[in-house]
Amino acid sequence: MNSLFTPLSWSDSGLILTGVWNTIIISVVAIVVGTVLGLIVGFLRAESNKAVNVLFGSVLDVLRSVPLIIQLILFSTFVGAMGNPLAPFVAGSIVLSLYTMAFMSEVFRSGFESVSPSMQIAARSLGMTKWQTIYHIRLPIGLRAVFPSWLGVSLSVIKDSALVSVIGYMELLRTSEQLISRTQQPLEILIGVGIFYFIISYPLSHYGRYVERKMAI
Amino acid sequence: MISVQNVHKSFGDLEVLKGVSLDVNRGEVVSVIGGSGSGKSTLLYCINAIEPINSGKILVDDVDVHAKETNKDKLRQKLGMVFQQWNSFPHMTVLENAALAPRIVKKMSKEEAIEIAKKELEHVGLGDKLDVYPTKMSGGQQQRLAIARALAMKPDYMLLDEVTSALDPELVGEVLDTLRLLAEEGMTMICVTHEMGFARDVSDRVAYFHQGVIAEIGEARQVITDPQNPLTQKFLSKVR
Repeated sequence: MNSLFTPLSWSDSGLILTGVWNTIIISVVAIVVGTVLGLIVGFLRAESNKAVNVLFGSVLDVLRSVPLIIQLILFSTFVGAMGNPLAPFVAGSIVLSLYTMAFMSEVFRSGFESVSPSMQIAARSLGMTKWQTIYHIRLPIGLRAVFPSWLGVSLSVIKDSALVSVIGYMELLRTSEQLISRTQQPLEILIGVGIFYFIISYPLSHYGRYVERKMAI
Repeated sequence: MISVQNVHKSFGDLEVLKGVSLDVNRGEVVSVIGGSGSGKSTLLYCINAIEPINSGKILVDDVDVHAKETNKDKLRQKLGMVFQQWNSFPHMTVLENAALAPRIVKKMSKEEAIEIAKKELEHVGLGDKLDVYPTKMSGGQQQRLAIARALAMKPDYMLLDEVTSALDPELVGEVLDTLRLLAEEGMTMICVTHEMGFARDVSDRVAYFHQGVIAEIGEARQVITDPQNPLTQKFLSKVR
């Protein structure tokens, strides 16, 4: 007799691992791109006058305030409607990266602003140029100060990446949803998926604490 | 020689320097005293081109500090400056603090920069702290590090802006001793200070600043012990 449902088996591990891998990939992309863009935007915000900041700030506010799931759906539907639908990975990476950038830029801005003007004047008084002061003084001191916040944003991006499933990206959550609908074993699968997220995130947060201790100033 | 010629400087509507002139010769130590807000620190910031001036002229070895074509980064290499706050770079060891500018500004090799930094740190009595992070040190030690860091650039002049004002009283002595040593070695210095004993004993001349002008200037012992201007007399009677 053929059942409508087939139970979870070892042959499903390939699918699960694909999901794990895709979650890692899109998270790494979003964290790297978001960090680089966030550094640039955060620096510009720390350096700019009020008018530029209001402009930057309102764009960032939108990215930060609109729920990620809505941004994902709006973006992929909009781009699709324009006639050039993007692969779920590409669309997801773009939205998740910009979303990450919005948070990272605030993290880095506060880092840059944490380096006192008198510290910068002291560096300039030694004959350092503006860029030498940024590179050797502001950047390293500011980054150390905000490392814990950076790590916090990165960890939440890993978890937020689950939302990219709504536009069809086969990451960990979406693969598990497929397995659930086939096996009708939601409890086992969701517990397993939760453990996987924990396994991905925990070493990172643990390593972060180690780095934080090491570079404590 | 540093030559300040009729310098005016305002912050917004507030005129802080109202026509200041002062010549400091090589090898000379000039202390600048005066109440807070009298413009004495601002003068140092203007000499080092950290603050622009409104009118007048400042020449350092005949180079016009505030001229557009003057390379201010290059000029500052000649003018070591130490501030009230020591501003140690917290992410670097004591040795790295002192070696950074020689390496990246003067483009010395790492070995050369470290050698000079070591020498200057020993000079100020921090030879045993090379690998320590500055945040683990006392304010007095950090201020001596700031002095060594400036000296490592081999400046021709030292500008000292109330370098002992933020220190606990028991730490003031070690920093003043370091400055005494520099004066004995012939370093040209302009010291903005509240330490009247130091001004009297170490400097050649003392200038008394009052509301943006030099109210009195003369031989150090004379200005401190026998001031001629009633304003100087009043100020000194209050700080003693």
